[in-house]
Amino acid sequence: MVAALEIVHLHKMFGALKATDDLNLDVVEGELHAVIGPNGAGKTTLISQLSGQAAATSGEIRFFGENIARLSMPQRVRRGIVRSFQITSLCREFSALTNVALAVQARAGHSFRFLRNAQNDSRFTGPAMNALDQVGLAHRADVEAGHLAHGEQRQLELAIALAAEPKLLLLDEPMAGMGADESHRVVDLLRELKRRYTIVLVEHDMDAVFALADRISVLVYGHCIATGTPEEIRRDPAVRNAYLGEDAADAGSP
Amino acid sequence: MLKKLLSLPIKHRLLILAGVAPLALLLAFAPFVFEVLEQPFYLRVASRILVFALAASSLNLVLGFGGMVSLGHAAFVGIGSYVVAILAWHASNEVPLSLGPFVIAGTTDGLVAWPVAILAAMLSACIIGAISLRTSGLYFIMITLAFAQMIYYYAVSLQQYGGDDGMRMRGRSILPGLDLSNRTTFYYFALASLALCLIFLFCLARSRFGLVISGIRQNETRMRALGIEPYPYQLTCFTISGAIAGFAGVLMVNLDSFVSPADLSMARSSELIAMILIGGVGSLWGPLLGAGFYILGQLGLGTLTTYWPLFFGPALIVIVLFARRGLVGLFVPGRS
Repeated sequence: MVAALEIVHLHKMFGALKATDDLNLDVVEGELHAVIGPNGAGKTTLISQLSGQAAATSGEIRFFGENIARLSMPQRVRRGIVRSFQITSLCREFSALTNVALAVQARAGHSFRFLRNAQNDSRFTGPAMNALDQVGLAHRADVEAGHLAHGEQRQLELAIALAAEPKLLLLDEPMAGMGADESHRVVDLLRELKRRYTIVLVEHDMDAVFALADRISVLVYGHCIATGTPEEIRRDPAVRNAYLGEDAADAGSP
Repeated sequence: MLKKLLSLPIKHRLLILAGVAPLALLLAFAPFVFEVLEQPFYLRVASRILVFALAASSLNLVLGFGGMVSLGHAAFVGIGSYVVAILAWHASNEVPLSLGPFVIAGTTDGLVAWPVAILAAMLSACIIGAISLRTSGLYFIMITLAFAQMIYYYAVSLQQYGGDDGMRMRGRSILPGLDLSNRTTFYYFALASLALCLIFLFCLARSRFGLVISGIRQNETRMRALGIEPYPYQLTCFTISGAIAGFAGVLMVNLDSFVSPADLSMARSSELIAMILIGGVGSLWGPLLGAGFYILGQLGLGTLTTYWPLFFGPALIVIVLFARRGLVGLFVPGRS
């Protein structure tokens, strides 16, 4: 088992607030590692530090052995670390297809090509269409992203991340704001994806988390209080005490 | 584009045809029309509209398309004009031009002077862009303005070239096989230049580069999350825009046979922005419509009253408030 991601003594301060407090975590290649915790536990802050959107105050983030904590977001993306956003982040004037095709284009190298029409270049639209199909949005490919329903925008967000062909996929609440049908579809999709990609998943839907995760880490006040298989986490007294409570732990059981 | 046009409802298609067809015909046959009407002055006005449309298009590339609000774009136009005029001045006075260790002869040859002028504008845009694009938002606006003001005062200080009063050019640039001093020839040359520029911008907008630039305007964080560093793309876009602006300046000095610091002033930069706002920000045809409206409006109101800006200003405010997509929005149906 190779550690795809090792987080070592990671700290993130916002003034006097410790958003990430001496966090140690490792993610094994090929696993789906869920990060759960109460609101304000620093889950999104962690994703931001992993993706390079926010700089860590101190500590190391090793990606297949290389310390990437000081690299910019584009540099990390080129190494295969791709995030999706909790709050949808799209190019609203572009069609759904163009949004995804841009991810394929970005992966294909630099974009200093000035004359040829890229909007119907099948090298980009082909894989983009596949990604849209995977998330179940192919029939809405030509609709402007800004005109999609909220749940559809969430699906598009996921399609963009997939099209970037990540080695490590950072998903920040991919199911937030989705209807039940869409959520089921995403759970099915993630089950399909989990052998192909290494995934860090932040999610509030405990049913989904316990159904999907190989391992779960529990964050409280920026600190990791437990890591283990869903079964271990469900039984962990510290976790029950801090976060899950008796009812939630029962809800997650089969 | 044709496919898009055909997919529109018939009412909109007729509306676009009704708007575009007469305009295209007018542009194509303007010299003959004004010949018949014995109004050569208006051919000059038409040429002026085309040249300003070219300058406004260059600004539209960074401002409308790329979302980089440059408040000093007239500087690049002015640099293009000054380089052509200065080279011509040295040619006609038979004084060599010394640039530090280099001494070169002046020239009125367009094949030499024009590329030099365009390169000068392009290089200035590259340097100013390289510094300004380190900032964004309000700071970017202020820094581009500051650079433009520096260039403006530099032009004022050029006593040898007329300083504040500006300088005349004795004749238009000489091109092989084209007599630019003929006003019909000049008009068609300007028309062809604008058409080429618009075709280039049309292709650029759909290219890989264009998608990235437009994406950066819409959502910079998203572009970073795709692995795209915005800076080099924005700088390239700014530099291309500077080159087109320089070319507009080359045509402008040839049209007027005159250039002065006013041509690279902040007032001129704001005029270009006004043209884009009137025509339609970020649209291909916006700068042409805006330049036409602005110059004809200025001319029309100017014959009625010396205080034309008093009426033109409020008209501009009304357009910006109530026709947010500009004149283009009247012809092309908007998004629902």
